[in-house]
Amino acid sequence: MRKTHQRGTEKTLHKGPSLWYALPALLLFGLFAAIPLVGVVILSLTNWDGLGAVTWNGIGNWIRMLHDPLVLNGLKLTVILTVVSWLVQTPICILLGVFMAGKQRYRAFLSVFYFIPLLFSSTAVAIAFKNLLDPQFGLGKALGWKWLAHNWLGDPNTALWTLIVVVSWCFIPLHSLLYQGAVRQIPQSLYEAAMLDGAGTVRQFFSITLPQIKYTFATDSTLMIVGSLTYFDLVYVMTAGGPGNATRILPLDMYLKGFKSYDMGGASVVGVVILVMGIAISLLLNKLSGSDKMESQMEGV
Amino acid sequence: MKQSGKLIAAIASTAMLLGASACGSQPGNSSGSKAEGANLTTWAITDAPWHPMKDAFKEWNKDHKDAQISEESFANDAYKEKIRTAVGSGNAPTFFPSWGGSPLTDYAKSKAITDLTPELKTDIQSKVLDSVSAEAFRDGKLYAVPTGPVQPVLIFYNKKVLKEAGIDSAPQTWDELVADVSALKAAGKTPISLAGGSKWPYLMWAAYLVDRIGGPEVFNNVLKGKKDAWSDPAVTKAMGMIQELVKAGAFGDSYQSLTADDRKDTALITTGQAGFELMGSWVYTDLISISKDFTAKDLGYVPFPTVKDGRGDPNDLTGNLSNYWQLSSKASKEQKKTFVDFVKAKNYSDTMVDAMLKQGQIPPVKNIDSKVKATDDGSGYYLWLYQAAKKAPNYQLSWDVALPSEQSQAILNNLEQVFLNTMSPDQFVSAMNKTIK
Repeated sequence: MRKTHQRGTEKTLHKGPSLWYALPALLLFGLFAAIPLVGVVILSLTNWDGLGAVTWNGIGNWIRMLHDPLVLNGLKLTVILTVVSWLVQTPICILLGVFMAGKQRYRAFLSVFYFIPLLFSSTAVAIAFKNLLDPQFGLGKALGWKWLAHNWLGDPNTALWTLIVVVSWCFIPLHSLLYQGAVRQIPQSLYEAAMLDGAGTVRQFFSITLPQIKYTFATDSTLMIVGSLTYFDLVYVMTAGGPGNATRILPLDMYLKGFKSYDMGGASVVGVVILVMGIAISLLLNKLSGSDKMESQMEGV
Repeated sequence: MKQSGKLIAAIASTAMLLGASACGSQPGNSSGSKAEGANLTTWAITDAPWHPMKDAFKEWNKDHKDAQISEESFANDAYKEKIRTAVGSGNAPTFFPSWGGSPLTDYAKSKAITDLTPELKTDIQSKVLDSVSAEAFRDGKLYAVPTGPVQPVLIFYNKKVLKEAGIDSAPQTWDELVADVSALKAAGKTPISLAGGSKWPYLMWAAYLVDRIGGPEVFNNVLKGKKDAWSDPAVTKAMGMIQELVKAGAFGDSYQSLTADDRKDTALITTGQAGFELMGSWVYTDLISISKDFTAKDLGYVPFPTVKDGRGDPNDLTGNLSNYWQLSSKASKEQKKTFVDFVKAKNYSDTMVDAMLKQGQIPPVKNIDSKVKATDDGSGYYLWLYQAAKKAPNYQLSWDVALPSEQSQAILNNLEQVFLNTMSPDQFVSAMNKTIK
């Protein structure tokens, strides 16, 4: 019974649904992603101030941008933001996800609270944090705590780290949710078998839970890293790149170049750089984690 | 047969999606406005000083059922970013505001706005203060209509805070200001409130100092695009004086993140945490809306101090001149007529002038001295500001508006680093010289 059923799915899977099903998505993708993308690449080879005529510039913008200290600074900050966010968020998210996967009442209750940051709009979060961290009117002053009244967003040495904390606060719920789902999918029988073999909770975590959420880990890391690469709104509202370019990450640099300096050519170069980085990293992660092979994790279960 | 059925379904669903998205892709024609016939659409800013202009629309609409003006408001910074894209993509409203300066030049150059010389030149030149109306012309042609109040930058201060620190009178010279800074610091106050997080407040210090030290020619050379115009010794000296002030702790230790759009900078003055602030006259509306008592009793004002051996006239002003309406070049003949009639009938009408004065804003209108004096709240501020704007030998438009966008972003960025002490005056000069092509 089971065998025939499996063979049936295998056959349909092999053939797959009609390619026509992909048409609406493909057209939308073409209209709102592929065509603008080609447009940005072309724009990166031109001069345009947003109003006047578009003039051809060849690779002039590329040479100019790759020597621009603001672009190099943005690149450095984006790499720091991406790597540190990933390093901070991943362990916390896995632990929280595992914790929330438990079926006990109190865990479900706490999960609701962990989930709250995800419900807020990031602009609202940014404005709220900016005011809470304000040294003159914020929490530090109100409570009289000297250490908290530090000028977190105004000090070039702390601004980026403060942003990373706020970004993490915003996004840990989402990634924890992904891990929670992954952990819940692990068959209970694996844990039962491990228990019979005498493995403790810690051993179970490292030998069963972690290997079993391998693909979620790859997917989630891709989401997190590509997300950090294109991070914009929180940073724009909280610091607008300041103080003294200390938080002028690459997407923000692109925006300021395009919509404040009206250097659309230069901004397009930065846009293409971000895009290429994003695609390269997600392909690389896919390869490294082996999730492109799509082999089953359920073998033998 | 089955296959083609699927094909039809796919095409139909795609068409539906495209149809749905097409509805939302007309940003200029949003808000259900009727921009046809003689009707006009316009954009405005949400800030309180814009209310008299919006009231003028309402008043006009009451009497002109067949030539309605429908208005949509945006926050200041959001508007500045939105309008450029809208004009560039041909989705601008029939008329829209600017602050003059390089955006106005760009609009005129790209023929996005209408030449209004024959219809409005004499009307505007006879009604509006010369320094303000001059900014509306490009190559001798009138491209914009001044509206809104005059907005020079001056020093506001809290009299109570100064008195507590043992300061009897407001500083007239730079040296007095420096002395007051140390007195205020000793009294445990933030001497000067500065909204560095917004970046543009830095410009006011630089613009005034350069004018007081070297006179108007220094910045005019920059505007003309003269090679190495920033190398003028007045610029280096001004940057050095700024850094000395920063090192003396004049701006406290949190100016880098203080922002102006949420009025935290002004709140430091009203709550008595800071002594001085260099700010545009537009904050006065906020100040009276917080407390009329405060503005009448505790608020002091003084022009920017003079600098020893400086060449600039102490009556020179910098800041924003006013706001300007531009008529889109897409406006039809009927729409142009509506606009011109509206400007003649309602712009700076008695009702509008009164409404502005009531808010503590001074209209740049000729021969209203007695009216200005009559509305004064006892501090003498109204008449002083009106006369200062009238007699200023040089009224420099804010640097970030006056300069082309790329240069203005460069100066905002570099000046911030001067204020953070991460860039020396000489580095500033060479960085800014590079932006002149």
